[in-house]
Amino acid sequence: MAVKVIIPTPLRAYAGKQESVEVEAATVGEALSAVTTRFSDLKKHLFADDGRLRSFVNVYVNDEDIRYLQKDQTSVKAGDTISIVPSIAGGARS
Amino acid sequence: MATKTQIPPAAPGDNNRGATLSKEEIQRYSRHLIMPEVGMDGQLKLKQAKVLCIGTGGLGAPLGLYLAAAGVGRIGLVDFDVVDSTNLQRQVLFGTSDVGRPKITAAADRLRNLNPDIQIDTYETHLSSENALDLFKDYDIIVDGTDNFPTRYLVNDASVLLGKPNVYGSIFRFEGQITVFGAPGGPCYRCLYPEPPPPGLVPSCAEGGVLGVLPGIVGTIQAAETLKLIIGKGQPLIGRLLLFDALAMKFRELKLRKNPDCPVCGTHRTLTKLIDYAEFCGIRGEEAPSTVTNIPEITPKDLKARLDRGDDLYILDVREPHEYQICNINGHLIPLGELPKRVHELDSSREIVAHCRSGKRSADAVQFLQKAGFRKIWNLKGGILAWSDDVDPKVPKY
Repeated sequence: MAVKVIIPTPLRAYAGKQESVEVEAATVGEALSAVTTRFSDLKKHLFADDGRLRSFVNVYVNDEDIRYLQKDQTSVKAGDTISIVPSIAGGARS
Repeated sequence: MATKTQIPPAAPGDNNRGATLSKEEIQRYSRHLIMPEVGMDGQLKLKQAKVLCIGTGGLGAPLGLYLAAAGVGRIGLVDFDVVDSTNLQRQVLFGTSDVGRPKITAAADRLRNLNPDIQIDTYETHLSSENALDLFKDYDIIVDGTDNFPTRYLVNDASVLLGKPNVYGSIFRFEGQITVFGAPGGPCYRCLYPEPPPPGLVPSCAEGGVLGVLPGIVGTIQAAETLKLIIGKGQPLIGRLLLFDALAMKFRELKLRKNPDCPVCGTHRTLTKLIDYAEFCGIRGEEAPSTVTNIPEITPKDLKARLDRGDDLYILDVREPHEYQICNINGHLIPLGELPKRVHELDSSREIVAHCRSGKRSADAVQFLQKAGFRKIWNLKGGILAWSDDVDPKVPKY
């Protein structure tokens, strides 16, 4: 299924500056894998060393959080939008 | 589904605040009063409401202005920062004549001028686990206009512990997020993000930049949500994360669920008091410690001395092209992100001094190059900012 994965601004630098990427996938896990295969720099920002999604990154299929669906096993259909939503805080020099 | 926030009636000794509107107030708020959605009832609720605004910067500016304009009876402002010229690109509460003044004083002056009838409380303090609960307890609604992760977790946890809604807004470059945490039955910040990102992984505005108008839009939306909670009208952003992209001029909405396992607001909460948030976010003290150690450094003065002597040094600038256009010291530009692919352009037999804006990115570059086998590599301490301070004030700082 062709699905669109929206890359949030803080991560666009690692995804060739693209704001979204079209991939073929049947599940969220496959879609994210396709994106991180295409953009390997993105992988460490999305996934911890143990392969799990980092906890300051949330993933949505359309408007539903995958943590409340089937997580990375959540199935996707053609035309679905997967959103990656990292936490942002604005301002201060860290 | 609209959720009403209970506004407690004015306590005795409150000078009957909120019981009626004066003739002047009726005139001032006439555009509210003639709308059935607000009316006298709504305006009286606004007059009796107590809202604490954490931060008087980019988000706090439109927030403070619109809450004061709307007649929120008591507004608390928390900020310990001083107005800086780099703030004026977006922190529209302040003017050029305020540079150098504490933000809290400048903010209070401006808001009192806008609306002398309301009470403005100022807290020129660093919000911490020691003072947050005391500070929050007298207010009905907390609005998070802060700029760092530790404070956001602190504000969230304190609000949840006290049962107060937390109107949250955050920004990055030209994107914003807004929602209402901590409402009865609604999620909190930790339901969405149980843990913060490690320091340095998500850039701040000072590092990533921000479209000046963006906090203006997001802060105004926070003000709108606060007013709706007070008057109990409309559909607040409870359980809804509003995402805004100013460049695409698009709004999207995602569903936020309350996490039953949330340590702060879940069924079996484990967090019952405030913690050390700097530690939680992996930061010790005010400054994030450098994640790199044993980086050989050279000061701008020493670099200048060596260049004047005619030493053959290769200056490597690891900033972005648009930064190079602002100012440069004739370095060779290879942005940090491109360094791995372009490392072959560097000659490891030459002495290389790497610099960026303030010395952090170039420290990463030096560490990378050391691992790649470069031995004659130094980091320019303090970056081009320090070069401007110590060697050549004609180089603009940004």
